[in-house]
Amino acid sequence: MKSFPQVAAGVVAAAISSGAGIGMPAANAETWLDKAKQTLPSLSHPEGKYHHPTHSDRNYPFLRAEVLEYRPRSDESDFRWDMQGWYGGDFNRLWVKSEGERNTAFKADYDIDMQLLYGRFIKKYYDFQVGVRGETQTFRGENVARAHAVIGFQGLVPYRYEVESALFISQDGDVSARFQTSRDFLLTQRLILQGRFETHAAVQKVERFTTGQGLNNIELGLRLRYEIRREIAPYIGVSYDHSFFKTADFVREEGGDPSQVRFVAGLRLWF
Amino acid sequence: MKDSISRRAFLKRSGALGTLVALDWMLPAYARPGSLSAVTPVSQLSGDVIDLTIAETPFRVDDRTTTAITINGTVPGPLLRLREGQGITLNVTNRLSETSSIHWHGILLPPEMDGVPGVSFPGIEPGMTFSYRFTVKQYGTYWCHSHSGGQEQAGVYAPMIIDPIEPDPVKYDREYVIMLSDWSFSSVESMIGKLKKQPGYFNFQKRTLVDFVRDGMQDGWFSTLDNYLMWAQMRMDATDLADVTSHAYTYLMNGLTPAANWTGLFRPGERIRLRFIQVGVMTFQDIRIPGLRMTVVQADGQNVQPVEVDEFRMGPAETYDVIVEPKEDRAYTIFAETMDRSGFARGTLAPRSGMTAEIPPRRPRPIRSMADMGMQHMNGMGHGDHEPGNATRSEPKKGMQHDMPGVHGEHAGEGIQDRHEMHDRPEIPGSKPVKHGPDDHGTGNQAIPDFTQSRLDEPGIGLGGDDRRVLVYTDLKSLKPYPDQREPERELEIHLTGHMERFMWSFDGKKYSDARESILFRHGERLRWTFVNDTMMEHTLHLHGMWMHLENGAGACLPRKHTVLVKPAERVSVAITADAPGPWAFHCHLLLHMETGMFRVVEVLDVIPEVKS
Repeated sequence: MKSFPQVAAGVVAAAISSGAGIGMPAANAETWLDKAKQTLPSLSHPEGKYHHPTHSDRNYPFLRAEVLEYRPRSDESDFRWDMQGWYGGDFNRLWVKSEGERNTAFKADYDIDMQLLYGRFIKKYYDFQVGVRGETQTFRGENVARAHAVIGFQGLVPYRYEVESALFISQDGDVSARFQTSRDFLLTQRLILQGRFETHAAVQKVERFTTGQGLNNIELGLRLRYEIRREIAPYIGVSYDHSFFKTADFVREEGGDPSQVRFVAGLRLWF
Repeated sequence: MKDSISRRAFLKRSGALGTLVALDWMLPAYARPGSLSAVTPVSQLSGDVIDLTIAETPFRVDDRTTTAITINGTVPGPLLRLREGQGITLNVTNRLSETSSIHWHGILLPPEMDGVPGVSFPGIEPGMTFSYRFTVKQYGTYWCHSHSGGQEQAGVYAPMIIDPIEPDPVKYDREYVIMLSDWSFSSVESMIGKLKKQPGYFNFQKRTLVDFVRDGMQDGWFSTLDNYLMWAQMRMDATDLADVTSHAYTYLMNGLTPAANWTGLFRPGERIRLRFIQVGVMTFQDIRIPGLRMTVVQADGQNVQPVEVDEFRMGPAETYDVIVEPKEDRAYTIFAETMDRSGFARGTLAPRSGMTAEIPPRRPRPIRSMADMGMQHMNGMGHGDHEPGNATRSEPKKGMQHDMPGVHGEHAGEGIQDRHEMHDRPEIPGSKPVKHGPDDHGTGNQAIPDFTQSRLDEPGIGLGGDDRRVLVYTDLKSLKPYPDQREPERELEIHLTGHMERFMWSFDGKKYSDARESILFRHGERLRWTFVNDTMMEHTLHLHGMWMHLENGAGACLPRKHTVLVKPAERVSVAITADAPGPWAFHCHLLLHMETGMFRVVEVLDVIPEVKS
């Protein structure tokens, strides 16, 4: 993946230019919600940016690459991403999420996952999400794909752990689940250590997707980032991946290594 | 007597002239008229017809040139010097490409002249002129600002002084307006966007591993860990003192940065009246002049019985007039430190141009305490070794109700800024703690305090731990009793709510876009409005059109305010005489809080459908 640095640079440039765009009043003109609701029926005037005393129903766009990293190895160069974003207000948001890996440690040549979800803010800290997920990976040299229905929630639990979990029901009725949590520890105001844990489990064995029954795998990561600015933070880290049971067998059959430690270097970005 | 009045009038005029001369002389080269347009309120407008123009203007902030939105080309705009009793016409022309407005803050006038788009008038369209016409019914120090989006932060504000018809009870030889504001190179819209996505975006004073180690070595590892875990468990930040900090703001005094050093000249022995106006749209500041005591004579334009203090806190939109009497032939620094200690504004009073005095070091940033969380302390002070008010590492304890089942009071003795109950002040509503009801205000509100209580006699977070005499709200007593001394016949309660993690701000858990129904007052009634702050941040509440008589135990001399600072977990009551029919805005004057929903419309009607008592 020689092209990866260029890709990363492109993403950075895009993030910077978009970030700058947010600051321009002109760019915001369209995003104001021009609902012609008036406090007082006697006041009638055209819709406009400052015809309301406040703009508390405004929508915002958000996109974040929590993981966008290169995983060096002697023979191959792998990369991995985990991004999500939303558009919406305080309570209702349209979410997109994407996770993917190239030369994955314990699965296939590549593995890409996309989700489109509606989220509702509930119980003070959580987004309850429903939607669809598309998944594709290589299996014995061929591309395979499937679709899922998704029910999930994410949010901030006590002790400030970010939690993201989802239940998936595939088009064939196979049920699987994902759970992920992370926590930031501030070493200084800008140097931040993030611990991250992710695990997958499945009810049914699905060999084409390298999925055994029960607990599939865990991933433990430690990533140390430096926030050049809040939105842009290069990081280095280490990631431990381990597959279990039948999943581990499938990984071996595919030529993967079910247990490995990888060093990572990447960029955390949001805007 | 006549003699002294004319002498005072003369001195006042020369004082105002002194302002002009001083500014001309004292400004650094770049700020002098001619070398760069418009850095400071060098102009003063008066008369019965005043023309104002809102437009974009180049603005210099130290070595950066940027664009401000200005009134008549300057930041702040020109000083509007009016006379009590006069009829005034203010023709405001909007030269922007978006709607604009001017609101006359604290001025009693007809609602359609109040200048709040979407409440009392449609706003001023680009290229249009709106004529505000009203009779000036009051006197004192006020100000005006745009009520449209983020224009106020971008520079649309100006001081107003209304001179009294009757002889001014405040005697002074010279006067200066000191307008404090927070300048940013980003827009309010972009700041809100950042805070919605990362609530601690502007806070670079969070607690880190370094703090943890330091605290652990000083206070013991177990209690430090307990404390840090407690905050983590509550999903709150103990260092959440300001949503926007010096990371994004340059703090200005009369439009000048600390380096540019606004300077007012004096002759030793003179009585100088300083009219402080806090514009700072997101900034609370603590003001002191090392070496000088200040006598507070006016609050929000209303004369108060003189109080001598060393320091006072100003929240957004408050004004205070103080008298200082420098006797020595030396310079004095006017120091306005932000509440989160991340920055300051600074100016100088000096007998001659070019003189400066030492700039005091900033104090350590305080930490939110148990009292800010509304945690009632039941076991008394557990750790007597802590100096009260030495709040830099105070130990807040478990407080927020929904998170802390069964642990209330367990560790309650360790707060530093513990509330001292005002047992001796039963005349102050809320002097005894009031338990919060079962309503947690829904998902739009992050948490509720166990108890709320009057904190009017507390100086506020980070103040009061030294020998300085700090102004507190219980010090404010009106110079003369106001006419309406009726007991309130009706009581209303409103809760200040919000969600720090999503940067949502609201009243009673609902932001304005979800609660557009007006709050109804009956014309002529006297009512008590109790503000209950369920958040762990300070807010300043501003009611348009009518005075709020702060029920601070001053008996017949309750002070009138247009803007009331409410501390975390505090309940504050004000008495209102609903004498101004029409729709009026009521909101938090932290601009980003207002924009995100901490806003309501109050309507004063002759008949209201149902009166809740």
